[in-house]
Amino acid sequence: MGSSVLPTNTRPAMQARAGLRTVLRMLWADKLACAAAVFLLIVLLCAILGPLTLNELASGTNLRARNAPPFSLERGVFFILGGDALGRPLLARIIVAAQNTMAIAASAVIASLLVGATLGLIAGYAGRWLGEVIMRLADVIMSFPSLLLAVIVLYVLAPSIANLVLVLAITRVPIYLRTTRAEVLEVRERMFVQAATVMGASNRRIIFRHILPVILPTLLTIATLDFAFVMLAESALSFLGIGIQPPEITWGLMVSQGRQYLTNAWWLAFWPGLAIILTTMSLNLLSSWMRVALNPTQRWRLEVGGRKHG
Amino acid sequence: MADHLLEVRNLSVRFHTTGGVVNAVNGISWHLDRGETLGILGESGSGKSVSAAAIMNLIDRPPGEITSGQILFDGQDLLQASEEERRRLNGKRISMIFQDPLSHLNPVYPVGWQIAETALAHGVAKAEAYARALDLIERVGIPDPKGAMRKYPHQFSGGQRQRLMIAMALVQKPDILIADEPTTALDVTVQADVLSLLEELQEETGMGLLLITHDLGVVAEACDRAVVMEGGRIVESGTPRGLYHNAQHPYTRKLLAAAPGRGEMREPESGRTPILQVRGLRKSYGGFEALKAVDFDLHAGETLAIVGESGSGKSTIARLILRLEEADAGSVKWKGEDVLTKSRRQMGGLRRQLQMVFQDPTQSLNPHMSVYDIISEAWVIHPDILPKAQWPTRVAELLEQVGLKPEHTQRYPHQFSGGQRQRIAIARALALEPDLIICDEAVSALDVSIQAQVIALLGELRDRLGIAFIFIAHDLPVVRDFADRVLVMQRGRVVEQGSVRQIFESPHEPYTQRLLAAGLDADPDVQAERRAARRQLARAIGQMADIVQ
Amino acid sequence: MKSMLGKRALSSFVSLFVLIVLVFFLSRLTGDPAALYLPVDASEEMRHNFREIHGLNDPLMVQFGRYMADLARLDFGDSLRKARPALDVVLEAFIWTLWLALVTMALVAVAAIVVGSIAAFHVGRPFDRFASVLSLIGASAPDFWVAIVGIVIFAVNLGWLPTSGTGTVWHWILPIAVLFIRPFGLILQVVRGAMITALGSAYVKTARAKGVRNRPIIFVHTLRNAMLPVITVIGDQAAALLNGAVVVETIFGFPGVGKLMIDSILQRDFNVILASIMVTAIAIFIMNILIDIAYALLDPRIRA
Repeated sequence: MGSSVLPTNTRPAMQARAGLRTVLRMLWADKLACAAAVFLLIVLLCAILGPLTLNELASGTNLRARNAPPFSLERGVFFILGGDALGRPLLARIIVAAQNTMAIAASAVIASLLVGATLGLIAGYAGRWLGEVIMRLADVIMSFPSLLLAVIVLYVLAPSIANLVLVLAITRVPIYLRTTRAEVLEVRERMFVQAATVMGASNRRIIFRHILPVILPTLLTIATLDFAFVMLAESALSFLGIGIQPPEITWGLMVSQGRQYLTNAWWLAFWPGLAIILTTMSLNLLSSWMRVALNPTQRWRLEVGGRKHG
Repeated sequence: MADHLLEVRNLSVRFHTTGGVVNAVNGISWHLDRGETLGILGESGSGKSVSAAAIMNLIDRPPGEITSGQILFDGQDLLQASEEERRRLNGKRISMIFQDPLSHLNPVYPVGWQIAETALAHGVAKAEAYARALDLIERVGIPDPKGAMRKYPHQFSGGQRQRLMIAMALVQKPDILIADEPTTALDVTVQADVLSLLEELQEETGMGLLLITHDLGVVAEACDRAVVMEGGRIVESGTPRGLYHNAQHPYTRKLLAAAPGRGEMREPESGRTPILQVRGLRKSYGGFEALKAVDFDLHAGETLAIVGESGSGKSTIARLILRLEEADAGSVKWKGEDVLTKSRRQMGGLRRQLQMVFQDPTQSLNPHMSVYDIISEAWVIHPDILPKAQWPTRVAELLEQVGLKPEHTQRYPHQFSGGQRQRIAIARALALEPDLIICDEAVSALDVSIQAQVIALLGELRDRLGIAFIFIAHDLPVVRDFADRVLVMQRGRVVEQGSVRQIFESPHEPYTQRLLAAGLDADPDVQAERRAARRQLARAIGQMADIVQ
Repeated sequence: MKSMLGKRALSSFVSLFVLIVLVFFLSRLTGDPAALYLPVDASEEMRHNFREIHGLNDPLMVQFGRYMADLARLDFGDSLRKARPALDVVLEAFIWTLWLALVTMALVAVAAIVVGSIAAFHVGRPFDRFASVLSLIGASAPDFWVAIVGIVIFAVNLGWLPTSGTGTVWHWILPIAVLFIRPFGLILQVVRGAMITALGSAYVKTARAKGVRNRPIIFVHTLRNAMLPVITVIGDQAAALLNGAVVVETIFGFPGVGKLMIDSILQRDFNVILASIMVTAIAIFIMNILIDIAYALLDPRIRA
């Protein structure tokens, strides 16, 4: 929006505040999405504050609390979900693990979104030849086994969170690339883009002012869904032993570690898995809300209040 | 009291929407008899189609709700009948055809089956149903009826598809046919053919015909009686002639006044210099030649209308001049410079002199930008026009100039009506202070009364600012009181050009004559004359064909 | 249609070739197989001999040239781990995966289409809400976690089903159930959306005006139109399954191509990695053609 100029100087600030209020009101109109947003906010707080406050508690072993059963307060609040195989409180560990889980997924999504969208814009707006090369590249990445990629990175570059992010980001780039390209090809034929061409707008202006705002909602919606997908992929890799390596923890790794105690202490694998489900479900809910809220012709459905049915 | 074949009494229908309750029709009454044609005339949002939907049980409940009234068919109240009873009537005794035949035909089934289905749904044996379908396909004038049975909707032209819809509706020889805007999306000449087909079929079967339309010309051409609707109410009713000559209600009068082709014709001023010279312009798409060597001139401050039916290449001219597409051959000289050979950068400077207003303002305005951003974008791209400090006042000025309120700057396009949106698009074009504005079907998506207002606005701007216009339209009457000169196009060629008076009063080419004869006038008497002329022309063409053979 | 097929075959072939080259060289970055297959205390000479036998001592470009030459004769090389032709090893595993994918997708397609259509017909009513929640949970659940919870409940606690392996029909139930959930959730959403669109379309209005009964309107007029987007999604999901459901196959000890892939990657069995990539790529190519044919059968507009 860089080049848009508003009539008076006080307007941007006022508009931003009004905009936030509208967003909150629209969120309130969809109760499920609202609950999802609140849950995600809690997860986010855990991810930011958890490791700072609970790190010691989460890593302190306590042999007497080994595999302590859940729903008992006698060892303290953090044992409400039980203890793990080394007697560490599960709740504290889940809160601490939120940071890695979220950070990995968020970085992978942002990286693949940026790279994919840029390549997609180029493939959609540049000449046919370059576009074709980029698309074939996407095909190759799509069919390259992500497991092999993970193992290669693990062996060649040493296990680290950054490298895991790299693996996940590479595998997700084609999603954004294809979506962006398909949308650009469609949007560039729309009348208002042609109207801008007739006014003499530059390529840059057409891409950033006219095409990008139209496809951004789609990309953000996909990114939200993809955040959930990347979380699942990361947990699957960690589960197979080629993702995050101990002593770092993520929810996926916790499920994996709890697997061998399934028969006598189900809660070790159950709670972190539940955390994953609730988070991905919230992301899915929020993404379907966004699909409506980010579309100016659909937005009224939420703005008129909570009477939307069907 | 079965006085009439079909009678609607005091019908009220409302819809529950998120924006509140909308009363679509409010206590309307009308009736229709065998062999008679009743027109329901109204603009979009008038509720003209609602009573038909109620008759056919096509109103979804919820959100729709019928709050009062009766629909008497053969003395029986349809609103009291069971779903099954009403299903048995649909297609068998009362049939309906719709505006856009392409989307109203199922794309994945052959048309023969779809026509036969009307009979099959009412228990007719398969062989009999297909035989009837074949007969009707032949009757409505589709070439190679046997082959057509197995074809799919996308393989026919728009006019043929509407004929197929008519065949589908008539399989069971219904007592009543409801036609909802049956010719709106069709070319003028095709529209005339479809209307006369309906008339012939009505004479053969004696069915009652309900014609829902926004077009006064259709009423004048085809109806025995008409009711005029506005805002969900019937404001006036009568014969076409009575309505035309003695309209009582102000709304009817407004509609009549808005009918195009009534005003003074303009005479082109002589001795003006040409600013745009188009020579040998060609363009093909694959094997299809859209433009075959087009030549014309445009003078400063002049309004040139380019008229033609779909596929005539009229819009391609606009797109080539503005370099939205590249021409295959030819030259376009704008004030002596060839536009077609300019580089992208050189074109940038020229663009502010040549502007365009598109057909559908819903699509030509970026939905993510406010009115202020849309209009001021012109000055972002061409910063030398206006210093930034003056933008707000100038936007307000332009909005006032096109008849909008200056307070609307922060609104978004979807918050306006269709006519208002087209005004915004015009304001956007004016912001660049161009010398030429190309209007590509700029009013054809608008209601008649809105159309008249927008054309009046364009005329006023032309007179005040001295802008030249190229006005592309498929409809001749629209250009009659606005243009100086007219260019008639057919299949990629200019078939005739001349001053408005020449084209309208003494057209030379048969195609121009046919176009004029096919156009529908709001005056039933004029329409009767045209009908005679059309028949004569058809007979002449038929004789010519005989001679050729 | 034929030229489209040719174009697609060509571009798929190019992509596959680039993929083979990448995998060939990159997989060798994971390390020396000799270190895995020989005892820790094996002498350097033994290691050298091992590499010599398997042609791993030559420069990489020579190895690659040899591999491509063999490939031209349809020789995919031998598996290091099993000492048998790699293609045989892969095909054996692929048959398992193929069956797993076929049965799962058939069940998913039927269930999603039926539930989705009914939900679309009752938009906003309890059945629709229930279906939406179901699909939401389905699309959000991590499969390994569902697999584990399933084992705990049905195999360990209730003892109804075996925990892992193959052999009886009972062995298939848990893996299929776990694989079912995610595609079911996704496809259900698409079916519902497509059916809602189709039911609101103009030709349905025409059919009602013709006096057509409700059932043919849903199953003759709308379903065929709504199937078009659904088939695309079914294809995507089937392709994902054909690539091997690594996690599920690992947890249930199911000898499919996914498990084979992760095992051969971890064990540096390069020939098997390459062979499984090619086999699955060809399978997915064939499936895409089948989907195109289905598309053309359903929609006359594409046939032209």
